Amino acid sequence: MNEQQDVTTRESERTEGPARTGESETRSEFFLAPDVDIYEDSEGIHVWADMPGVSRDHLDIQVNKDALTIEGEARIDMAEDMEALYADVRTTRFRRSFALSAELDTDKIDARLKDGVLNLRIPRRAEAKPRKIEVSVG
Amino acid sequence: MFGMSTSLNPDQFDHFRRLERELDELLGRWRLPGAGIRSVARDTFPPINVGVTADRVDVYVFAPGLDPKQINVTLENNLLSISGERRIEVPEQGSFYRRERHDGPFRRVVTLPEDTDPDKISAGYRDGILQVTVQRQEAARARRVEVQ
Repeated sequence: MNEQQDVTTRESERTEGPARTGESETRSEFFLAPDVDIYEDSEGIHVWADMPGVSRDHLDIQVNKDALTIEGEARIDMAEDMEALYADVRTTRFRRSFALSAELDTDKIDARLKDGVLNLRIPRRAEAKPRKIEVSVG
Repeated sequence: MFGMSTSLNPDQFDHFRRLERELDELLGRWRLPGAGIRSVARDTFPPINVGVTADRVDVYVFAPGLDPKQINVTLENNLLSISGERRIEVPEQGSFYRRERHDGPFRRVVTLPEDTDPDKISAGYRDGILQVTVQRQEAARARRVEVQ
């Protein structure tokens, strides 16, 4: 891992965690970590996350203590008497967290959701935009 | 400062995950001699669920970020094929830290119960899930038998 990657995003948790409180059921539950693409350009960090079945109403993005957590619940239309014949996907809850670093402006995160793909743009603070450092010879 | 503050850095985690998957596949191969001949390795895109009721079969294809017109769905001899391509645009500048999302063509084939009616198939795409519904033939439906 190179140093640049280290100062940008680091994962803090992966596939499971306790169910959030405030819900009728508080049993612990497994979460599916969505597949993500993450890249950085001069503006900041861009994140794409595959969250099929998740609509805007069932998506939750939280930033606290420099950690970014994306969470969502997929809605799948199923008949009540349906029996599973085969299942690759065994949970409908997605969750994944990343540690953020100080130069990212978390007040200006832009989030879009389209066809089950979440796109986040996390800009870098103005003072943290890249500057070219001149190397003097001698 | 150099990623030593956490006990596991993401790279190690990925290795761990891969190891887990490989082990799972290795064991799974022995434990499940009856796995379908068209079954695929875990994490193949797109994941699929299949559910049945008395009168229909529903196939859920978890394929986000697609134009539904670009997904090919065919049913032939109880074999349902779903294929297409998901192209991930690569930005001109900048660099990737992670590329986990599927990029490129995909194809999944599922064997449906034999009583499905190939003429009664419908498909819809919402929030990245393609749902294919195939009706089962009348004769095969379970009938309630009244006990006199």
